[in-house]
Formats: sequence, C-alpha cells, structure tokens
Amino acid sequence: MKKQWNDYLYIISALYLILGFFNIMFAWLGLLCFSIPIIISIVKGNKAYCNKYCGRGQLFQILGTKFKLSRNKDIPKFLRSKWFRYGFLAFFMIMFINMLFNTYLVFSNVKDMKEVVTLLWTFKLPWNWVSTDMFSPWVYQFAFGFYSIMLTSTVLGLITMVLFKPRSWCVYCPMGTMTQGICRIKHRGDEF
Amino acid sequence: MERKFKLCYVSDECVACGTCMKVCPKSAISINNGIKAKVDANKCVGCGKCAKVCPASVMRIGERV
Ligand code: SF4
Ligand code: SF4
Ligand code: SF4
Repeated sequence: MKKQWNDYLYIISALYLILGFFNIMFAWLGLLCFSIPIIISIVKGNKAYCNKYCGRGQLFQILGTKFKLSRNKDIPKFLRSKWFRYGFLAFFMIMFINMLFNTYLVFSNVKDMKEVVTLLWTFKLPWNWVSTDMFSPWVYQFAFGFYSIMLTSTVLGLITMVLFKPRSWCVYCPMGTMTQGICRIKHRGDEF
Repeated sequence: MERKFKLCYVSDECVACGTCMKVCPKSAISINNGIKAKVDANKCVGCGKCAKVCPASVMRIGERV
C-alpha cells in the first residue's frame, strides 16, 4: 500500500515529547490530540482519528514491529473489559480535572507554580532546566500538568507495548474509549 | 486457493482502533461507525494478518459458513 501523508504523523507525536522536554510550552499543543478526536466523533460519528490520524498509535506500532520491542502476546482479558476501559477513562478524567484545578489555584495565586513533571501520578520529577518567565505562572502550571499526562500515558503505552501487542495502549486509551463511547451513543439503535 | 475457505470474524469487544485495517492486504476491513471493525466476506481471504496485529485480540480466523 502506498504511504500517505497521514502515515507519518508518528513523527509529530515523537517530536511533541522531545520538544516538550526542552520547552514545556509545547505541551499546550497536546490539547489538539484531545479535541480533534472528540470533535470528529461528535460531528462525524466515527473514530477516523484513531483509524487514520493518531500518531501515537503509529509510533507504538512502529516501535513494536520494526524495532521488535513487543512480545506480541495477547492482552489479558480484564484489560479489554468494559469495566477496566471505562474505569480507566473515569480515573483519567478525574486526574485531568485535578490538573485543571491545580492550574486554577496557581491562576488565583493560592499556590505557587511548581516546575515538576509528575510521572504515573506519583513520581515527581524536577523539571527546572526550562525557562518559565515568558508567560504567567498558570500557563506554565498547565503545561507541566499536561506534559505529565502525556508522558505518563506514553510510559504506560510503552510498558503494555513491550508486554503485549504493539498497540495495546489503544485498548484502554481514554481518548479511544471516549470516542468509541460517543459513537455508540450517536449510533444508538442503528443496525451494524 | 485453500485460504478462500477461511474468513475473519470480529467479536463485540473490538475497540475500533483500526490497526487491522492498515495491514489487510485486500482492504477488506472498514470501520464506519467507530464502534466495531467490519470484514467484507467477499474480499477477505482469511490470511490472518489482521488477527496477528489486533491489540485486543478480538479477531478469529474460522471456517466460512
Ligand atoms: S486509541 Fe488512543 S492511541 Fe490509539 S489510535 Fe486512538 S487516540 Fe490514538
Ligand atoms: S485491530 Fe482489533 S480492536 Fe482494533 S479495530 Fe481491528 S478488530 Fe477492532
Ligand atoms: S484475514 Fe487477511 S484478508 Fe481477511 S480481513 Fe484479515 S487481513 Fe484482510
């Protein structure tokens, strides 16, 4: 099959993490991979984002197959169960709201901005080599929070990539679950 | 060709990620509603490429009925 432009979006996904490492403000661009899939699923009623445009899925596929970083084993049944998928989505949303709340606290001067990236919601990595004096502190707080989310999901995705199949992350990816849920609601009652 | 007698089946636990669609040599798979992959029985040759990459392992190659 001939390669198309959207087969190279994995480069953007990789660049995102790398650029964010040096300039945390790039984290803001991650909002695109939250909003685009949701908009597509609401407007078009499909998962075209996952199916065609998600660079992260492509990245895992390439690392897992071309670089042979995956054991290629079946994913445990519970990880693909409805309970786990929607449960993980709920957990993810709560953590997302918590991140927004922290941003708000910095915005209203209740808390100071922290130059920290939190991995797996637990490990705090000091991230003080980036400059944070161009915008207001809350803008950076959000960027650190968002980058934490993106890095955490990448690490989880890499772990399940190695253990199971390359794109195992797609089974429990909150965006994938949410857009599929939106499609289910949109196509309620349809035959398929 | 013996393979013609095989067909790919998708269970309801499909997450509609589209990984299978990308590897199918016959372009037999489509996901129109974002809910579940659909295999065109007229195009599928039962090669099993899709089942191999499916991250949820919800595809099965079976006999045509
Ligand atoms: S499930 Fe997530 S990682 Fe996989 S293709 Fe969809 S948005 Fe990308
Ligand atoms: S790869 Fe598997 S889970 Fe993904 S769309 Fe195809 S059948 Fe569904
Ligand atoms: S078995 Fe082969 S031909 Fe049939 S849908 Fe899967 S990849 Fe396509």
